[in-house]
Amino acid sequence: MSLILETRGLSRIFSLPRAGFGKERAVRRAVVDVNLKVEEGARLGIVGESGSGKTTLAKLLLGLDTPSEGEVRFRGQAIPLADMHSFRRQVQVVFQDPRSSLNPRMQVGDIVREPLECLNVTENHDTRIIEVITEVGLPKDLVQRFPHELSGGQRQRVAIARALAPRPKVLIADEPVSALDVLVRDEILSLLADLTTNLGLTLILISHDLSVVARLCDDVVVMQHGTAVEKGKTMDVFRAPRHEFTKRLITAVPRLPGTK
Amino acid sequence: MLLEVRNLTVRFGSKTVVDGVSFDLEASSRLGIIGESGSGKTLTTLAIIGLLPETAKVSGSVTFEGQELLGLADRDFSAIRGNRIGMVFQEPLTALNPLMRVGKQIAQPLRNHQGVTLKEGLKRAMELCARVGLPDPDRIIRSYPHQLSGGQRQRIGLAIALACSPALLIADEPTTALDVTVQKEVLSLMNSLVAEEGSSLIFVSHDLPVVASITERVAVMQNGEIVELASVNSMFQDASHEYSRKLIQAARTSDAEFGHFTESPSA
Repeated sequence: MSLILETRGLSRIFSLPRAGFGKERAVRRAVVDVNLKVEEGARLGIVGESGSGKTTLAKLLLGLDTPSEGEVRFRGQAIPLADMHSFRRQVQVVFQDPRSSLNPRMQVGDIVREPLECLNVTENHDTRIIEVITEVGLPKDLVQRFPHELSGGQRQRVAIARALAPRPKVLIADEPVSALDVLVRDEILSLLADLTTNLGLTLILISHDLSVVARLCDDVVVMQHGTAVEKGKTMDVFRAPRHEFTKRLITAVPRLPGTK
Repeated sequence: MLLEVRNLTVRFGSKTVVDGVSFDLEASSRLGIIGESGSGKTLTTLAIIGLLPETAKVSGSVTFEGQELLGLADRDFSAIRGNRIGMVFQEPLTALNPLMRVGKQIAQPLRNHQGVTLKEGLKRAMELCARVGLPDPDRIIRSYPHQLSGGQRQRIGLAIALACSPALLIADEPTTALDVTVQKEVLSLMNSLVAEEGSSLIFVSHDLPVVASITERVAVMQNGEIVELASVNSMFQDASHEYSRKLIQAARTSDAEFGHFTESPSA
């Protein structure tokens, strides 16, 4: 197994607006000294509450934001790489709410085509679009529809298809099922599990929901106030949490009555 | 019977969004309403408290404390809402008035319904803040909503809803916008406050484990209809409708997965 993504002393500090005339700018330390090593083929979950820095971390990993300190390395090279197109072909993302992440004015086929064109993918685009649409379990004739004509689950499948179109090695999913209904959530999680296995993807899954991470991820990082307070094998961390915050997170998950 | 809902139907134009919903709620009892988005859960509760938009056509009957609520004049409804029926909504930041200090907002139902003065209202607001577990009530009542955290705001929402000791509390996804650790605190707070007040509770959620943790009975809604209504226990043992079975199965899978990770196999 080789290292595919790595962060070294990664920090992102935002300076906030002045609280008043002549006052100092406050800073928000969204990500503080995070050191991660992600092996190829790993399935890593990042959990934490809102405001813990999960999404900022995802943006840094995607090269969509610049670290204040430290660096992100992709296959040993610091990003931004000289060839960002190559990086983006290999590292793709699925966001939380497909209603806002899909362009409402574009047909599904064109949405999936966009990364193929923008990132200069050399294979036949039409063939690839049909291939990837089928791969995420959608019927082919959906390519001519618009996002508003689809259900929430179908829309998220389109977002996944778009991410998979350039054949990425790493898929970063930021709360991919939080906006979905329970039964649909189940389907999308199964789809993600199957896809990562079949395509040998490296998955980085960000979620506030520990049961989602338990289901999909072998490794987990727990974030609190921008810091990675605990990391390890999901099973070890969930069974024997060492950090106080991890313990609180785990006991707060609502459980079903009489099912132990 | 505290609340009797009979054949409640809500239409927007030709679209039926709540379709012949009937259920009873006794005093001091609790009902969960569960279903996916668009199933009509929220519209059912809005129809009960008369907050549907004017374009909605409502039929059927809603009897609360012996009084028919459907078709009630706005002025008469205002005497009930916030007084005999308290409401907590999903997103406390939009439910609270961003321009008014929260103390005044908590005092509002008391001033409207019990005719107390602002000064007395603010004093009661401070007591209510303490009851919903907000530290430093003195400072809290002078805060604006944006100065508080999500959990604190939802506690304020609860304080407003419970200010007049309502016979019925309607909570619509009250913890969906909150982090799990905060959700747990707010649920247990709601649980004990409703018990202390002896209020009835209608708890709307898409989250089965959450509903099961706070209510005795569950109504499962799909496409505007209640497809099953049973006690939490019997629902889990033997759900009769296919959709309820699917919901329970999904919850079980997720729960088992989580249990598999958190509990050692020998235990």
